[in-house]
Amino acid sequence: MSERVEIHFEGLATTRQSGARLSRWLSWRPSVPLLLAAPLLLFMLTFYALPVLSMLMRSVNDPVWTLSHFASLTGDTVFLKVFVNTLITSSIVTAGALLLGYPVALSLVRAPRYAPVILVVILLPFWTSVLVRSYAWMVLMGRHGLINEALLAGGIIEQPLRILNTPLATQVAMIHILLPYMVLPIANALRQIDPSLARAASGLGATPWATLRQITLPLSMPGVAAGVLLVFVLALGFYITPAMVGGTREITLSMLIAQQVDQLNWAYAATLSVVLLATAFAIIAAFYRLPGVGSAFRTGVR
Amino acid sequence: MTAARLLPVTLVGLILAFLALPIVVVMVVSFSSATYLTFPPPAFGLRWYRAYFTSDDWLRSTWLSLWVAASVVVLATLLGTLAALAIARLPKALRVLASALILSPLIVPVIVVAIGIYYAFARYGLVGTPAGLILAHTCLAVPFVVTSVNASLAGIDPRLEQAALSLGATPLGTFFQVTLPLIRPGVLVGALFAFITSFDELVVALFISGSGAVTLPRRMWDNLLYQIEPTIAAVSTLTIVLTVVLMGCAHLLRKRIRA
Amino acid sequence: MIEAGRGAAVSLDNLERRYDRVAAVAGVSLDILSGEFLTLLGPSGSGKSTTLMMIAGFETPTAGNITIDGKSVVGMPPYRRNIGMVFQNYALFPHLTAADNIGFPLKQRGVSKAEREKLVREALQLVQLPGHGERFPRQLSGGQQQRVALARAIVFKPRLLLMDEPLGALDKQLRENLQLEMRRLHADLGITFIYVTHDQEEALIMSDRIAVMNAGLLAQVGRPEDLYDRPGSRFVASFLGESNFLPAVVRGIEDDFVVAECEGAIIRALCPGRPAAGEKVMLTTRPERIRFADGAFTSTAPQNRLSVIVTEAVFAGERCRYMLQAADGTAMVLKEPSSAAIRRRMVGERTEIAWSVADTILV
Repeated sequence: MSERVEIHFEGLATTRQSGARLSRWLSWRPSVPLLLAAPLLLFMLTFYALPVLSMLMRSVNDPVWTLSHFASLTGDTVFLKVFVNTLITSSIVTAGALLLGYPVALSLVRAPRYAPVILVVILLPFWTSVLVRSYAWMVLMGRHGLINEALLAGGIIEQPLRILNTPLATQVAMIHILLPYMVLPIANALRQIDPSLARAASGLGATPWATLRQITLPLSMPGVAAGVLLVFVLALGFYITPAMVGGTREITLSMLIAQQVDQLNWAYAATLSVVLLATAFAIIAAFYRLPGVGSAFRTGVR
Repeated sequence: MTAARLLPVTLVGLILAFLALPIVVVMVVSFSSATYLTFPPPAFGLRWYRAYFTSDDWLRSTWLSLWVAASVVVLATLLGTLAALAIARLPKALRVLASALILSPLIVPVIVVAIGIYYAFARYGLVGTPAGLILAHTCLAVPFVVTSVNASLAGIDPRLEQAALSLGATPLGTFFQVTLPLIRPGVLVGALFAFITSFDELVVALFISGSGAVTLPRRMWDNLLYQIEPTIAAVSTLTIVLTVVLMGCAHLLRKRIRA
Repeated sequence: MIEAGRGAAVSLDNLERRYDRVAAVAGVSLDILSGEFLTLLGPSGSGKSTTLMMIAGFETPTAGNITIDGKSVVGMPPYRRNIGMVFQNYALFPHLTAADNIGFPLKQRGVSKAEREKLVREALQLVQLPGHGERFPRQLSGGQQQRVALARAIVFKPRLLLMDEPLGALDKQLRENLQLEMRRLHADLGITFIYVTHDQEEALIMSDRIAVMNAGLLAQVGRPEDLYDRPGSRFVASFLGESNFLPAVVRGIEDDFVVAECEGAIIRALCPGRPAAGEKVMLTTRPERIRFADGAFTSTAPQNRLSVIVTEAVFAGERCRYMLQAADGTAMVLKEPSSAAIRRRMVGERTEIAWSVADTILV
């Protein structure tokens, strides 16, 4: 096989040979893609994957290879209380986000004239950092915050309510922060529903409400599932918001983990982390099998 | 507007108000001239903005956050773009594995990532250093770069590469003259997301910023726990404006990609 | 004027492309002459596109050889082969103007800017798009985009142009216009064109020769008229145009014709070999070459005749199409030009049909 076969023809020369050899070596070997991806893969292994894995290992090899840390969880009242609290909070937040988010998603798709405005109102808080949004809720729910001041001014209460540092505060703030994650996948799914279906239903005698219930809702389920999945998994791992507005009485699993790390109880923290991770993966695995969730998920994230 | 439409419209309006309210409140409070957190503010002024701009601590943290984010952008964009291009061409098994690793930071709860990195970085001696922050934030930012570049790549007609080759362009030439210009929007969006991800990042920073590399979010957090004073509102408003501008650009670019 | 020697001569020698067990191309040998317009025609999956891709260098043959102008090109990457290529969806670079698209291959070859501009202008003129250089592909219509793609593929004066179903995405009228333009371009340039399509009408219109492919192999190669009038197999007879098939039993040989019995009638046909008496064969004839033989019908050439009943009559604009049934149930199709002067036949009508013996082939 000769390297430099030339095909002659009038006038114009063939491709310049200068870059050809390098290019040929670079791109016609199957190992090249691996070479290009390797830097990132090595980087992430070194500074992310291996650190996290080695930390998680502390749950089973501290001080010797043992499953005792996991076994002891079953009798650990603190952990159980916190874990249940986390699950309940995540569930409430997910339900709340769904109830509030579905109408908004619907309005995004049904009212194209206002869609840009609605989108801005959804995206602006979405783009703001969790810290700032949590802080905003602190401002709203504090002793002299907007809510109390408004209620006092309206004569509804006589003393400022204690809203901050309660489970309710956590739930409301988290619903607010996670709402866009629910709205976007649902809106995507709604947008993909063939508009002629609603017209057909109407022609066959269905009222708008019936059409919504029997046609739109079922067909938007992949988006709903994606939104529910996303919000629930994110809520499970939430740290900043519960820490800022939830107070110290009822804490979430992530807060417990952070606490234990501060006290250098690495084995315990690692064990808790494994539980948290496993729970998140289990939920994802369960939901991901549902049709349409995968793609709705991908298009809905950020 | 008919009665039937009134209810849903009001409902949606209320929810949207719920979404917008906190942000608006923060911005209003930032212009308050009171020393404690109260709403509505008794009077307006730029007191807290002045407090921010004259504080060495706040400015130093801001500066640190900015240049850490900038470094993260460079690193994440470079590594992520190369990886995105490469992963598309890997055989299926490798591709799935590589994608799983690279995209996992999006799924793994951030607290787990944070303490894992803290655990290792403490040994590497990277706690309390900007370098540690840059390395950790890059791992968190890369998934955004990769998904964005992938989205761009997916929109490119595969025949374009063949056309370029048939016209005499070498594979390297094809990459620079055809592929790169066409994925540029995706790379830019990824870069913007990388910046914001790093700039706003708090949980990992809480553990590894130590006392030598206090980022802006970290300083806000410390301040919040020890005293709730409206300087934070001013800082928040400024970061809101920054984030909105950057994400707005990213959003417009993404619409161009999808078109 | 076609100058001998301006086009590349391509030779495919036992070309094969296998994917695991499946052979997309299973042994194709073909000599493509310098300057000819050759079409690779076949249904989807016949291997025609894969063959083209191997000539272009985007697929590597698993066996066999490809030579262009006498030199083997197997193993040579596409960017060294100096072949022009036009794709079905044009593959114009969206971020470059039409002029930059056309100038792209010149840039790779280090042509100076001034020279590039001149050649681009000439190319645009050649495809009848003068002045459209500064437009982006998205600002051009489908037909215009295709012409820019053509210009880009020939501006660097290749000796060989490959085209992979380039007109597939266009509507009928536009397609027909561009077909003629491509013929004209071929005549002007004098280089070798290898064209891939599944549209047999297109192949008949444009080609000097057609290579019909089926299931990875060549079914028949020849000039359009030869393939149409003398199909060598049932496949070619039914793929190229429409055919009637008459199962028959050989009775004997008479001069150059075989005499066979079908439906109780004696049919004579041209046949390439010498089949034995009693052998079962398949005769074929084209629907448009049959006529109704009742009334005022005369012909000097020897005719085959058959009694039929009309089962369906369809008016299709230019022609009338009749489904007929012969005595034993064999279905036939007859197409005749629609004209006010010709009486339309009714369903259920019993009549006779006739066609020339020279139009009857044994396949």
